[in-house]
Amino acid sequence: MSTAQTPPAVLRVSGITKAYRVGRGLIRRVAGAQHNTLKALDGVDLELRRGEVLALVGESGSGKSTLAKILVNSTTPTSGTVEEAGLKAGATRRERARRVQMVFQDPYSSLNPRLTVGSMLAELLTLHRIVPRKEIRQESIRLLGRVGLREDVLDAYPSQFSGGQRQRIAIARALAVRPDVLVADEPVSALDVSVQATILDLFRSLQAELGLSILFIAHNLAVVQHLSQRVAVMYLGRIVEVAETAELFANPRHPYTRALIDSIPRMSAESVNDLFDIEGEPPSPFDVPSGCRFHPRCPVAVDRCRREDPALMRVGAAHQSACLLAEDLAPYPGAQKAEEAR
Amino acid sequence: MSTPTAVLVGFKARRRASRRRSLKPWYRNGTLMAGIVIVALLVLVALCAPLLTPYSPIAQHLEDALQAPSAAHWLGTDKYGRDVLTRLLWSTRVDLRIGFLAVFIPFVVGSVLGGLAGYFGGWLDLIVMRIVDVFFAFPFYIMVIVLVFVLGSGEASIYLAIAAVSWVSYAKIIRGEVLVAKQQDYVVAARLGGVPHATILLRHIGPNVLSQAIIYAMSDIVMDIMAIVTLGYLGLGIAPPTAEWGSMILDGQEFITTQWEQATIPGLAVVVTSLGLSLLGDGLSDLLSPDRRK
Amino acid sequence: MSEQPLLSVRGLTLGIRHKNDSVTTIVDGVDFEVAEGERFGIVGESGSGKSLTLRAIANLLPRGVEVLSGSIDYRGRDLVRMPADGRRRLAGPEIAMIFQEPMTALNPVMKVGEQIAESPRRHLGLGKEEAHRLAVEMMRRTGIPDPARRAHAYPHELSGGLRQRIMIAMALSCSPKLLLCDEPTTALDVTVQHQVLRLLERLCEDTGTALVFVTHDLGVVNQTCRELAVMYAGGIVERGKVKEVFADPRHPYTKGLLDSAPDFDRPDHELVAIPGFPPDVFDRPAGCAFAPRCVYAVDHCLEASPPLEPVLPDREAACFESATIFERTPA
Repeated sequence: MSTAQTPPAVLRVSGITKAYRVGRGLIRRVAGAQHNTLKALDGVDLELRRGEVLALVGESGSGKSTLAKILVNSTTPTSGTVEEAGLKAGATRRERARRVQMVFQDPYSSLNPRLTVGSMLAELLTLHRIVPRKEIRQESIRLLGRVGLREDVLDAYPSQFSGGQRQRIAIARALAVRPDVLVADEPVSALDVSVQATILDLFRSLQAELGLSILFIAHNLAVVQHLSQRVAVMYLGRIVEVAETAELFANPRHPYTRALIDSIPRMSAESVNDLFDIEGEPPSPFDVPSGCRFHPRCPVAVDRCRREDPALMRVGAAHQSACLLAEDLAPYPGAQKAEEAR
Repeated sequence: MSTPTAVLVGFKARRRASRRRSLKPWYRNGTLMAGIVIVALLVLVALCAPLLTPYSPIAQHLEDALQAPSAAHWLGTDKYGRDVLTRLLWSTRVDLRIGFLAVFIPFVVGSVLGGLAGYFGGWLDLIVMRIVDVFFAFPFYIMVIVLVFVLGSGEASIYLAIAAVSWVSYAKIIRGEVLVAKQQDYVVAARLGGVPHATILLRHIGPNVLSQAIIYAMSDIVMDIMAIVTLGYLGLGIAPPTAEWGSMILDGQEFITTQWEQATIPGLAVVVTSLGLSLLGDGLSDLLSPDRRK
Repeated sequence: MSEQPLLSVRGLTLGIRHKNDSVTTIVDGVDFEVAEGERFGIVGESGSGKSLTLRAIANLLPRGVEVLSGSIDYRGRDLVRMPADGRRRLAGPEIAMIFQEPMTALNPVMKVGEQIAESPRRHLGLGKEEAHRLAVEMMRRTGIPDPARRAHAYPHELSGGLRQRIMIAMALSCSPKLLLCDEPTTALDVTVQHQVLRLLERLCEDTGTALVFVTHDLGVVNQTCRELAVMYAGGIVERGKVKEVFADPRHPYTKGLLDSAPDFDRPDHELVAIPGFPPDVFDRPAGCAFAPRCVYAVDHCLEASPPLEPVLPDREAACFESATIFERTPA
């Protein structure tokens, strides 16, 4: 994965913050209670490149779902900008909506139980005038074929399907409006293991054959490793590391990433690497630690980490890390293992 | 890259399985069937009242006043010599009609306002819900009685009074359901697909939230009939001599010691009607409640 | 197999008895043994019956589901035929359980310290003070920071990981012989899951508690257990030592599971999904339940249901074709 030409960005966010004020009720205000501000996102820069699968990884409270909501324009950031490549000024709400589509985690709540699959697709096809009215059925069948479902699915209701099939239907719905970008929020984590692989396969084929750019949100690093070209790791509202997938896993430059990797329940390795056994749990986003936000859990933190809040810095050709000690981190033992395996 | 061909199987099998798992058919639901049978019988009685008895419900025959039950008058006659059974049957017409019609306006008004308030939120929600709170602060019957007193008795003012008071329940129910439904991923998905708000409300949210309001409407009809009967009893409802259960109870209670059936039988009719509608409501709620997971 | 196993499940069949006397079998004839101090994993997908099997041992079957036949022998006594109060006496000092979602298993209006102390007070006859001290000590051992203060917290005041630790402290407060775990880390974040698994392993090692661990995650079972049973559509399809089964599966379903799960240590290995999906409980196929999804299935598989039989030393599989499919390895 050396320096091939970097494809252009289809979606770029810069300086995104999202704060929620909590407990702003009348009584509290009268009583003079101070506002609780929850910083779900705290200065996020990220770009999704054309035709890539970018994985967004993080634990609960890291802000990855909030970022997804901002990307699909279902919520507005408190500050910062979202740029969509090729979007003309003055584009309608509908046109903007069309370009970025989403696949949800829970295929049981993401399909309207009272609409048939056919009418669900027809609604979007008509609305966006994707095809002439008389070709809608044909186009719906094509979409279903695209996600591996047959024509007889059209007249069925969501309750007649298994989780995996529902997720296919949800993907077909997202594809119906011919989007440029797909944001997939943990799309396989609610599915059975034996079914997950088929959905991952489907995402891969969408990328390869339709050239879709996919932002794939996940917490399972093994899944991420199999699917994505690049990975961004989030912690407490910030991106703490971004790199190409192979590079990130072979040579992580942020202690949190190392801890994540070491926490993966391995299927074959004899023992897990214990070097980065972190303590405790992510702190509450109401109460972000000063300095580097990871320092209270970081096994290598030094005094400086308590004072300075590091920004995302370049640490390699296509590798950024937000760790003050990124340059000094001991070589990752996993790297050698990966080399040997090759 | 491989295409997902391996999964083009098995849909038929699944479909069969899920159908078997789906609950028993609606006609096997005992509660629902009992409710349907009772309500259907009442409606039938209401429709066929003129055919069922030879007497007029209003014509007075003072010479036959206060007769005991006999072959000619199964339930006897009242103090104006009118056949009690005839009046009972004709009352079904009046009370059911007003009960059903009175539910309709508040159902529509409340659902629309509650739906809009829940979906759009903000100041609209604030205003609608404050009004709802104000109405909720007064007891239903008292409000209806006061309004009818102000508007004057008669069918039209009963509709108006009930509509003015009971829309708030529908607004509250629908708003709550919409607040939940609009967070559902399928609604978010529709929004991301650029589907206009009106379509989202009518097509994606509406069918999923209305069932609760329909179920409530069944019990609301009972409330309305009770209100009409109460008004009739208080002499504020349908003007005499029209037969109506409430006024029958009022007329009959003078003679409760000598001819108990004159006040009791209309009361029983109210009980049976309420029972039928309640069973129907319960049955419907089994049937309509969206099976969210499966 | 010289000494008596701690837990011995024989022909356990669970199902729903309908009003018209027809029966839907959900778990069908499950056999396994757990030795003292053993760590036994049960792996399967949703609907495989793994959780119900565990709940049958814990006497926590959902309403309507009952033991249709078979036995659950705990130290020589059959739990299925034991009177209710006898079973209740076992719960706590002998058998304890932890659940996937601790929030629903903890009492929301009771301080966590009191909840942990409850069982020792009842079963070990400890006084209030002593029980409280034990609770704080258990919290300390489960790695809860500042246990003396946290003992006075209510469940909602704690994070998911801490709640799961409270559950573990509660379960282990009477030093049970057998700990039943129903996907205890599925709701947790990766780093926290790692900590909790590590903790469970250490505590069980310390106290000699045996573990029956139900999960759908192959990685988790590999990290936690030594013995493994793979369940599919209500039956065990393969049983053996975790490492051996992972290295050399002898049932097509086990192989399919291993091939379909992304393995972090083998990034280049192509994921191969199992075609189709697990059968509906009410609509299980005749013959081998896996046959309709099995690429190796022959006619015979559709007719008869294969028994769980030894295929290797320390290994059993329920597949007619196991020998043919996996013959490459010397017996």
